[in-house]
Amino acid sequence: MKKLLFTLATLVFAANTYAANYVIDDDNKGAHAFINFKIKHLGYSWLTGRFNRFSGSFEYDANKLADSSVQVTIDTSSIDSNHARRDKHLRSDDFLDVDKFPKATFVSTSIKVVNDNEFKIIGDLTLHGVTKQITIDAEKVGEGKDPWGGYRAGFAGTTEIALKDFAIEKDLGPASTHVILELHVEGMRK
Amino acid sequence: MTNKYSLISRLCHWLSAVLVLALFFVGIWMVELSYYDDWYQVAPTQHKNFGIILAALTIIRIVARFTSDKPAPIGEKWEQLTASITHKLMYLLLLTILISGYLISTASGKPILWFDWLPIPATIAYADTQADLAGDIHQYAAYVLIALVVLHVAGAIKHQLIDKKPLFKRMI
Repeated sequence: MKKLLFTLATLVFAANTYAANYVIDDDNKGAHAFINFKIKHLGYSWLTGRFNRFSGSFEYDANKLADSSVQVTIDTSSIDSNHARRDKHLRSDDFLDVDKFPKATFVSTSIKVVNDNEFKIIGDLTLHGVTKQITIDAEKVGEGKDPWGGYRAGFAGTTEIALKDFAIEKDLGPASTHVILELHVEGMRK
Repeated sequence: MTNKYSLISRLCHWLSAVLVLALFFVGIWMVELSYYDDWYQVAPTQHKNFGIILAALTIIRIVARFTSDKPAPIGEKWEQLTASITHKLMYLLLLTILISGYLISTASGKPILWFDWLPIPATIAYADTQADLAGDIHQYAAYVLIALVVLHVAGAIKHQLIDKKPLFKRMI
């Protein structure tokens, strides 16, 4: 009996430690994921925008948060700040240079658990041809069954990057040297 | 056969000449302005406002050119042919530049507010990158147009000064 319990416990534990694979619900699916950015305009207000096209996946298990991982690829030409000429400028070689660098990627390298819901995702962001380590402050929003037979988990995260760190040298003034990325990601378990 | 272009043609020609040169140099200059430059906002706005005037002039001009008499061609046969091709190419490039400029400004489906007053509605807003492609066309077509302008002026000077033909009289 003791042995059986032990076996069962091992099985349950094993099942729990096996992180499930999730695919991000991007714009080719239901679009419940958003890569938003904001940057100060002259220091007087926030300008916000987003990337409309990206894809990615993550491994996640609530009981083994530290083993989780995430990878995302962003189509840089999909930048959208609700102003065609600004977007043209953002795609140009003053900023993202999307002809030369059509993709940006993020690949996590480790997770630091803060508490049950909060954690830090450390990983490599490749943007504008430059790869740099960044830390995303993330929290779980929720997880559970969806009404259509699937299982979903969703997160929110923020990080701040310096434009200069990614070799984007265009001078937007002293208040606009950094960009805040606001990430909202829902995944569907595979 | 008349020995002058029609009044409308003459007016449009010289106004267009001034506008084409001004817009070309403003265009080259304004895309390099830094974000904190005083002209960063004004220059592109005025480039559009005056670009629309040039568009109107060009349409009037093309109609006038094909509906009114014009002086007989001068010079050798090859010169007449070159001049005729250059003129037609200049019209074609003008239209290309004007249409591509319009497509840059209206790429997100919003109208151009001409002198903050008259909305020029957007018609085609087909893709995220419309402004990029239209921008490239706008830029390179402008370079070709200016090359043709140089050829056009060189031809006019040759006829006037070397061949001693009273060419300028036909256009003033």
